[in-house]
Amino acid sequence: MNRSVDALRATFGPAIGRALESCGDTIVYVGREALRDVMAWLRDTPQQTYDYLVDITAVEYRDRERPLEVVYILRSLTRRTDLRVKVELDPQGDLTIDSVVSLWRGADWLEREVYDMFGITFRGHPDLRRILMWETYAEGHPLRKDFPLRGRFSRAEQVRQALAAQPEAHYSLEELSIAAAYEELPADMKERLRRGERGRLPDSE
Amino acid sequence: MSKRTVELELATPGVDARGEPLRVPLGVAEHPDLAAEHMLINIGPQHPATHGVLRLVVELDGETVVRVIPHLGYLHSGFEKLGEYRHYNQIIPLTDRTDYLSPMANNVGFALAAERLMGIAITPRCTVLRVIACEMSRIISHMVWLGTTSIDLGAFTPFLWAFQERERIYNLQEMWTGARLTTSVTRVGGLMADVPGDFVAGLRHFTQTFPKTLSEIDRVLTRNAVWVGRTQGVGVLTAAEATNHSLSGPMLRASGVAYDVRKDKPYLDYETYDFDVVVGEHGDVYDRYLVRLEECSQSNRILQQALDRLPDGPINIADPRVILPPKSRAMNDMEAMIYHFKQVMEGVKAPVGEAYVGIENPKGELGTYLVSDGTAKPVRWRIRPPSFINLSVLPKMAVGHLLSDLIAINASVDIVMGEVDR
Amino acid sequence: MKRVIESKEVAGQSPNYLLAKLQDLVDWAVNSSRANSLWPMPFGTACCAIEFMATAASRYDFARFGMERQAFSPRQADVLICAGRLPFKLAPVIRRIYDQMPQPKWVISMGACASTGGIFDNYAMVQGIDTIVPVDVYVPGCPPRPEGLLYGVLLLHKKIKGESLFDRVPRRDEQPLDDRGLRLPPEQIDEISEPFGNSIHQFRSA
Repeated sequence: MNRSVDALRATFGPAIGRALESCGDTIVYVGREALRDVMAWLRDTPQQTYDYLVDITAVEYRDRERPLEVVYILRSLTRRTDLRVKVELDPQGDLTIDSVVSLWRGADWLEREVYDMFGITFRGHPDLRRILMWETYAEGHPLRKDFPLRGRFSRAEQVRQALAAQPEAHYSLEELSIAAAYEELPADMKERLRRGERGRLPDSE
Repeated sequence: MSKRTVELELATPGVDARGEPLRVPLGVAEHPDLAAEHMLINIGPQHPATHGVLRLVVELDGETVVRVIPHLGYLHSGFEKLGEYRHYNQIIPLTDRTDYLSPMANNVGFALAAERLMGIAITPRCTVLRVIACEMSRIISHMVWLGTTSIDLGAFTPFLWAFQERERIYNLQEMWTGARLTTSVTRVGGLMADVPGDFVAGLRHFTQTFPKTLSEIDRVLTRNAVWVGRTQGVGVLTAAEATNHSLSGPMLRASGVAYDVRKDKPYLDYETYDFDVVVGEHGDVYDRYLVRLEECSQSNRILQQALDRLPDGPINIADPRVILPPKSRAMNDMEAMIYHFKQVMEGVKAPVGEAYVGIENPKGELGTYLVSDGTAKPVRWRIRPPSFINLSVLPKMAVGHLLSDLIAINASVDIVMGEVDR
Repeated sequence: MKRVIESKEVAGQSPNYLLAKLQDLVDWAVNSSRANSLWPMPFGTACCAIEFMATAASRYDFARFGMERQAFSPRQADVLICAGRLPFKLAPVIRRIYDQMPQPKWVISMGACASTGGIFDNYAMVQGIDTIVPVDVYVPGCPPRPEGLLYGVLLLHKKIKGESLFDRVPRRDEQPLDDRGLRLPPEQIDEISEPFGNSIHQFRSA
């Protein structure tokens, strides 16, 4: 068991849940509210120095009773140890968690992918958009267990939606704001840009 | 030539009161004159220089890059979702297609994770053969990188030399597995097949003649004024930035961080091989080129050692619940037939638990995170994609450089879109 | 070219004149030129693109078959070779590139994923590019060997040489079916995208 677990319990007390070992790695569960402080402590404390974020992902179990877990794999390059931190979220509840982008810049795209695939929102992320699917993807979040393998729509409908070329699907709003053609954009789109909204596919179900 | 860097506030408040992500569009509201000056250029997704279907939206001030916004997902194939519907051995062919430039290394990475999950220890011959597979993959991946980067920077001939070396490795891969590219060489607990008789001699001949091609490429490029001029000082990344952005592989080492998974978290007995880890100093494109070139020589060295120590013995473990019995026994012996039936129809069940194994892929640290709930199909198969994470630092590296430097920087990241998008 | 030209021999002397149909002569000239210098537009996405590059490299070298210059701009290309899997996000891109190519144009679908969706029968993958662009030659394989791609190119040569300039049927001028640009009726798309082979057994997660 990684020694960091004892140090975590000593520092954060009840915010640290259970800790276990699986296949040689240490996993520690952390409460959602304490996540930012725990992560900052893990990165900055001299005996911990988890300066390298290996991965952020999420796991949803087939058993509907089990919570959704957001998994952070941290590594200390100097001490050559790994630690896996997990946060449990209620799948029927509010899927929001704090972002760790301010601690490790590598979390930027990793959190965007978790948002895209699972629908988990990261508070404080500078640019939380879909990254693998297109921005106006209407079928949902693919890696959830209630999302069928072949998607929710029929194949013809998927082809139709894919071929529908709307500017909002190809350029993000901040990109459109740069373009010299800003003056020629339709008025309602300019208004949406000003409000910071994302566009929709016309007549989607 | 002066490079101007225009700093714009990119931060947004995050999420608003309703929980919707809030984004404040930039540029026009605050700096109307800037918007009139800058151009928005779209590179890709179909473009010969983007190394796959990557789309870069570039904001240009003349020829100088002010901002780069990469768009991914044009090759998103739903691998991780597919993995949840496949048995562990059925996932191995999927791993070929993520990083298709170094398929054997991906196979090995996944097999190691599945074996860690199931608590299986592989045989000595299998260990050495997997090291051979990994290092062959490293050579072919770096050869593609070298060839395509040379083309991007204007040198066509090294592409042909590099691809000729790849063809020789492809011959060996085909000899071993039957396929040039989609090898699926490992199985959980062993390999798909043992190497045939000519393989060792063929690989040894390759290791003897490969350094000559490397030195040819070195002579053409390393002290070439055009190459040096286009790559030195371009796309510089410090060690602290590289660590904070979670880079791995040659990208991390070229910036001066001496981290190589083979040395720091060894697997497959890598600690017993004699090789050097190549670490750069400046973190620019030139250093990444030198790191990768030298890594090919080191891989050659490892291959020679592996061939010398290749032991005899079985390649698969002796557990009949995990390894398919030979067909002759499965057709004649009742017990073997039952084992065969159970493995094919139900798959090999992994115990409840989870495992993460990272290996040193040519692109970086390829991690496989498997979560099992006791059934034969994983609950979650996560690929920790080195190219995806390495690519995320592109916007930072490219700011202030010229558009042609952006192409060089993009090439130096060594991405393969199959892995970036999965 | 066989039997296009008849020569008249008169009592052992060399022929004085040659007879041929103008249509056949023109077709032969035009089709040979088109087939023997097909400039490919490599729409390479995934693993098949690597085998495509290997086919272009020195060992297999499809420059021998006329594909000397790879046209990366669709405006100057003859044949669109879709090498690799096509996710839905990339579908409008290939349609636009196909539309940008000038006539005459052909499409080679290289690999299993471009032809039928391959092993990726899931939410993200187009189940065959023929739901989006009309395809002339399908090259199976995962990935097809370079010899396989070359065979596909030779089949395309054969197809081109069988065409006729005087054919009144409009070439590749298809009108999209509805305002969102589907080229096949939705029922047909659903029918050809139905799971087959292992896909019909591998849809249960547990």
